[in-house]
Amino acid sequence: MKAEKSILSGKHFFQGDTACAEGGIYAGCRFFGGYPITPATEVAERMAERLPAIGGIYIQMEDEIASMCAVLGAAWGGRKSMTSTSGPGFSLMMENFGLGIMTETPCVLVNVQRAGPSTGLPTAVGQGDMMQARWGSHGVYEVIALCPSSPQEAFNLTVRAFNLSEKYRLPVLVMMDEVVGHMTEKVVIPEPGELEVVPRRESRVAPDAYLPFKPDADLVPPMVRAGQGYHIHVTGLTHDERGYPVITKEAQEKLVRRLCDKIRVNRKDILSWEEREAENADVLVVAYGITARIAMLPIQMARKKGLKVGLFRLITAWPFPEERLRKLAGTVGGVVVPEINYGQMVFEVERCVAGKAPVRLVSHMGGSTHRPEDILNAIMDVAKNK
Amino acid sequence: MSTWRKPLTKAEPVARRWCVHVLPERCKGCSFCIEFCPRKALESSSQLNSKGYRPPRLIEGATCVGCNFCAMICPDFAIYSGPEVGDGK
Amino acid sequence: MEMKETHPIDDLIRTDRIPHIWCSGCGIGIAVHCFLNAIRKSGIPPKNFAVVSGIGCSGRVAGYVKLDSFHTTHGRPIPFAVGLKLANDRLKVVVFSGDGDLIAIGGNHFIHAARRNVDITVICVNNFNYGMTGGQAAPTTPVRARTSTTPYGNFEFPFNLAYLAAGSGAVYVSRWTTLHAKQLEDSMLEALGKKGFTFVEAISPCPTLYNRMNKLGTALDFMKFCKEHSVIRHGADPKTANIDLRGDIVVGRFVNVERPTFTDFLEEGLAQGLPHRKALLDEERKEFEHE
Repeated sequence: MKAEKSILSGKHFFQGDTACAEGGIYAGCRFFGGYPITPATEVAERMAERLPAIGGIYIQMEDEIASMCAVLGAAWGGRKSMTSTSGPGFSLMMENFGLGIMTETPCVLVNVQRAGPSTGLPTAVGQGDMMQARWGSHGVYEVIALCPSSPQEAFNLTVRAFNLSEKYRLPVLVMMDEVVGHMTEKVVIPEPGELEVVPRRESRVAPDAYLPFKPDADLVPPMVRAGQGYHIHVTGLTHDERGYPVITKEAQEKLVRRLCDKIRVNRKDILSWEEREAENADVLVVAYGITARIAMLPIQMARKKGLKVGLFRLITAWPFPEERLRKLAGTVGGVVVPEINYGQMVFEVERCVAGKAPVRLVSHMGGSTHRPEDILNAIMDVAKNK
Repeated sequence: MSTWRKPLTKAEPVARRWCVHVLPERCKGCSFCIEFCPRKALESSSQLNSKGYRPPRLIEGATCVGCNFCAMICPDFAIYSGPEVGDGK
Repeated sequence: MEMKETHPIDDLIRTDRIPHIWCSGCGIGIAVHCFLNAIRKSGIPPKNFAVVSGIGCSGRVAGYVKLDSFHTTHGRPIPFAVGLKLANDRLKVVVFSGDGDLIAIGGNHFIHAARRNVDITVICVNNFNYGMTGGQAAPTTPVRARTSTTPYGNFEFPFNLAYLAAGSGAVYVSRWTTLHAKQLEDSMLEALGKKGFTFVEAISPCPTLYNRMNKLGTALDFMKFCKEHSVIRHGADPKTANIDLRGDIVVGRFVNVERPTFTDFLEEGLAQGLPHRKALLDEERKEFEHE
C-alpha cells in the first residue's frame, strides 16, 4: 500500500467534523488526544484513522481532562496537537485550557457545541458555550475563538486556529456547533502550500542565554521543546522570563498583562468577520455559526419587503470585532442578534452599539436552529419602531 | 623456577584520606547527617547560618571514611565527603 | 573541613533557586538527590530527561531540577507526561509528585497510564497527607490519623500504593523510605533503565504537619522509626506490603515483570496495517536526533 498522502488535495463531500480533522492535518497536526463525545466524536474517529497512516499519534485518553493535558504535553514534545469535545468535555477541559494559556502552549481545542446545560440534548445543536469559551477557565486571560459556519470553514478555520496558536502561543478554540459538525457539504482541500501554514516560532538563542518567556516585539516568546538541551522550566505558577515561579504582584502584573496584551495588541491580525450590505442598513443581523446561514432566508425575505437588511457574521467570536460594530452602530436603524441560547454574544453587541440603535435578541433554547419566521418577525419589528 | 606468583600491584597501597565539605547556608539543621554518619564523626557547629540553623562539622580528631552517606541523606544538598585535598596531613 | 560553595550534584540543580522550599527534615530533598544521582548513573544524557510534577510539596520538584521540567496542574502530571512521551519517544519522561497529587485527584490517570504501560517512570513521595495546603487527609492517610481535616481521626482505609500500581499494570514497583537513600537511588536507576510504567514510592517524614499532628516526633525521630521498623521484603506480594506507622513499613522491590509498552505494542500492531509508518517515524526520530 503506497504511503498515504497527509494532505488530500481536491474536492470532497465531508462532514464538518471530518473537515475539521483534515484541517488539523493540513496545518501539520500530528497528535490528537481525545475522548468520545457526541457530536464531536467524528473528529476523533477521523484522526484515529488518518494520523497513524501519516506518522502521527492518536490516543484516546481516559477522560477529557487527560486529553487536554496530553495535548499540552505533546505540544512541548514538539508536535502540533489538538483535541475535540463538546459541552460536558469542554467544561472538564477548562482548568488545563488555562494551563495552556499560562504556559503559552500552542494547540487547538475544538468544541462542537450541543444543547445544554448538563447532558442536555447530546445530538442536537446549541450555541450556549460562547461565554464559557471566553471566561470558562479561572483568572484573567484572553482567548481566540473561531466560529465556522460550514464544513469548508471548519477546514479553513482549523488551519487558521493552528496558525494563530503558533503565532500567538496559546490554545485556540474552534467553536463549532452540532449542525455544522454533522452536516455534509462540498469541501475543497487546497494543494500543500496553497494555504499558509505557520511553523512554530523556534528560538535560535543558545541554551544558557535563552529565556523561555522573554517575548519578541509582538509580545510572543520564541519557543523550544523538551529534549533540545535548553533545560527549560514551564510552570502554571506566575513566573518571570526565566520561567521561574515568582510569587509577587509585580511578576503577576508583568506576566498576565503581557499574556492578555499579546492578543489585544495584535487584534487586527486576529479579528475576522464577514459583512453583507451592513453599512446604513435599516436592520443589521449579527450572527455566527449555523445561525448566520439560517438568517439568510429571513434577511432576503425582509429585503423583498423593501427593507435594507445587512448581515454581520462573526468569524472570530473572541476577540470580538468591537471597533467595526461600534462604527456600524451609528449607521444602522436597529440590530437583531439570533443565537441558539438565551443571550450571550448579544451582550457584546449591546455593549458596542451603546444605545445608538435598538438591539433585539432572537433566543432559542437549543435542539434545533431558529425558525426563519422568528428572525423575520424580529427584523420587521425592529425596523417598525426605529 | 619459583612458584611464587608476582604481585600484580607493585605500588605501596596509599591510605586514602577523606574529609567533609559543607555548604552552611543550605543547611536546615535536620541533623540527619549527624545521626546517621556511621562513624559518628559529625556534630552541630557552634556558628549559626543566616537562617539560624547550626550546620554540621567534623568532630575534632574524628575521621571521615568517605562513605558519603551524609550527602545521600541530606535533604538540602548541603554536605558531601570527598578525598582530602592538598597537604594530606 | 572546608566551607565549599558547590555540591557535586549542583550541575543538575537550579542552584539559583536553592535553598529550596521544603521544610527542615522533609524527605523530598533526599528523593530528589537520589533521583539526580540515578540520572547521572543512567548514562542517559540529562538533556533527554523531562520531569513533570503536579501540585503540592513534591510538585515543586520540577522547579529545582536543571532539566526540561514542567509544573502542571493538580493531579495532571501523568497525562501531560503521556502526551510528552508519545510526542517524542526519545525523551526519558519522569513524573515526580506526591501521594495526594498522584493518587487522589490524579488517581484516574495513574491507573490508566499503568494499564497502558506507557513508558514513563513515576516517583511518588508519600508523606501520608497534603503537605502544601497545611496537612489535610489524603488517600494514603492511615486509619485514625489526625490531620487538619480529620480532627477526630481519619476513618477511611488508605490505598496501598504499591498494590494499586501493581494491580493497575505497572511493570516495576518498589517502595523505600527516604532513609534508605542508597536503595532508593538504586531503585530509581532500575526504574529508569526499564521500559514501561515503572513506579517508585518514597516514604518521607512530614515533620511540620503529619508527624506533628500525630505525635510522631521530629523528622529525625521518623527517620529513626524508618531505620528500626522497615522490613525489606524483595518480591513480596504488594497486597501484603503494608505500612503501619505504629508497626512496620514493608519496603523493597515488589514487582519487576516484562510487558510490551504502550508504544511498542501499538507500533507493532500498526506496522501490520501500515507498513510505511515505521519509515516515517524513523525519519522523524532522525530529525530529533540531530539536535
